[in-house]
Amino acid sequence: MVVRTADLWKSYDDGAVTVLKGIDFACFEGHSVALCGPSGCGKSTLLHLIAGLDTPDRGSVWVNGIEVDRHRDLLSLLRHEIGIVFQLHNLIPDLTLEENCLIPAVAAGVNQRVAKDRLRELAERTGLSHRRNHRVQKLSGGERQRTALCRALMNRPKILLADEPTGSLDETTGGMVFDLLLELVAGEGVTLLMATHDRILASRCDRMMEMRAGKIHEPVLAH
Amino acid sequence: MIFLKLIVTNLRRHRIRSLISVTGVAFSVAAMLTVVSILQGAIGMFSNILSNDSQIIVFERDVSDLFFSSVPASAAAEISNLPMVAHANAVLFGVVASAGHPIITCFGVEPTDARIQKATWIAGDRSDFARNPDDVVLGARAAEFLSASVGSRVQLGHSTFRVMGVVKTTNGFEDGGVFMPLAAAQTFFHKEGTSSVVTVKLRNRDEAAAFNRMVQAKYPDLIALNDSEFSRTYSQFRILKATAWAVGGCGLLLGGLGVANTMIMSVFTRIREIAILRVNGFSHAQIGAVIFGEAAWVTALGAAAGLLAGVCILYALKSIPALDGYIDPSIHPLLMLVVLVLTLLTGVGGALYPAIYAMRVRAVEALRFE
Repeated sequence: MVVRTADLWKSYDDGAVTVLKGIDFACFEGHSVALCGPSGCGKSTLLHLIAGLDTPDRGSVWVNGIEVDRHRDLLSLLRHEIGIVFQLHNLIPDLTLEENCLIPAVAAGVNQRVAKDRLRELAERTGLSHRRNHRVQKLSGGERQRTALCRALMNRPKILLADEPTGSLDETTGGMVFDLLLELVAGEGVTLLMATHDRILASRCDRMMEMRAGKIHEPVLAH
Repeated sequence: MIFLKLIVTNLRRHRIRSLISVTGVAFSVAAMLTVVSILQGAIGMFSNILSNDSQIIVFERDVSDLFFSSVPASAAAEISNLPMVAHANAVLFGVVASAGHPIITCFGVEPTDARIQKATWIAGDRSDFARNPDDVVLGARAAEFLSASVGSRVQLGHSTFRVMGVVKTTNGFEDGGVFMPLAAAQTFFHKEGTSSVVTVKLRNRDEAAAFNRMVQAKYPDLIALNDSEFSRTYSQFRILKATAWAVGGCGLLLGGLGVANTMIMSVFTRIREIAILRVNGFSHAQIGAVIFGEAAWVTALGAAAGLLAGVCILYALKSIPALDGYIDPSIHPLLMLVVLVLTLLTGVGGALYPAIYAMRVRAVEALRFE
């Protein structure tokens, strides 16, 4: 199991709003898993807890067998184990595509030549080679999200957490980005955990789970 | 390279704000350099008056100001006759008023004094000095503001003196002063039989310590100090130096507050960016380095501009005729280093809170920040 959670609880506003109410689930290596559900049902919160960006009120998260809360080095988790793609691309506008993608490598202290080789490979696979030296402001929405995808995969993470990765794109572009996402995670052997409210996209994952009222209901195998 | 770009990118994004911060630091540095340099220059010039062709100054012990010092003529004569002494000159300092000029420094000096012998005589004959007790020699600037020339009479206090010479010196105090024969000055200032200081040149400089000990043993009311020792310990100089550093330090503090304000604004405006860096594996130290790096750029640019501005201000002040001789536009390298180090420390200090704030940013919340 790459990711496992046990009795995960999370609330906001001093307990006034409980978003997660005892989440138990597991995710296996190389699988693509879709977390479906309406806005505010706790999909993003769950992804944040898995990434160690937030702490649960109760319960535990394990990533690659190590409890996130007790992870000696949460940085190591973000640098080497997990890549994250958000609904908004979250790129730094004044930097070029290449510079944005190299940020995780700079953070992790990866050799610059190695990092640039990796970027070249990812840019080729995402069709962004010709845009590498362009500033983010000059890129289209789809290109920006593909850039975010490259950045998330830069340090060869084992898990890719995608929070509504096509939510800010039109249907056609979103479909193309999602195709690319599935192709990349399959090619890299990465485990994908994706939050989405798009059931059509979700159905293309290996596994689809429904989140409602802070719980995971009726896990459904898509295939 | 990316790290550097992350540091400077925000400065380029908010050019006006960055420029204002850099200007603030520059003004602080320029103010500190100018104030400290002017006062140190003034101290240096006053020291030069005392150390003109001499190595040691003898004056009254524990006196708060050399104008109040009283060295008996007998002591001056005995010191002058010591075998180790090449020459010793008694000098009396006084301040006198003239019409429209409330403060004119008067130097009561002997004819053999270096101030008379080594000055550039613009008019008059140095061999005539002290031949007549009513004769005075004016510094070039004093002659200018008193509208006097050789042969004319000037009113000093309640007396009238004949100008027998005009000398040009590089020292502002001397150039704007009046030289009188020592005996005439003693009578004029009612200090018969005394001088303010005795300036001493030894035959062998190595005997300075022995000479100083001898003076202190023989004349318990007097103290003998080497020129450098005097500059360091004289209470008036110390007060002036402390004041200069305090005023300069306040300027620097204001610059530091400017940097702090800029950096707080910077952190708030790039809070989402900081969160992106966190999510992509940047450590607290790396985030802090970006913020400190930005502050260091602002401070370094401001310090460089301030240094340039400080030198320009000093040269501009020196070009004012009334200040000529009082200002030394050269900035001591050590002073430059101290000011630069203090500026950098202030800048980094100013970035401390913003950096800590940035390091504590919670990525999840910051990513929601618009």
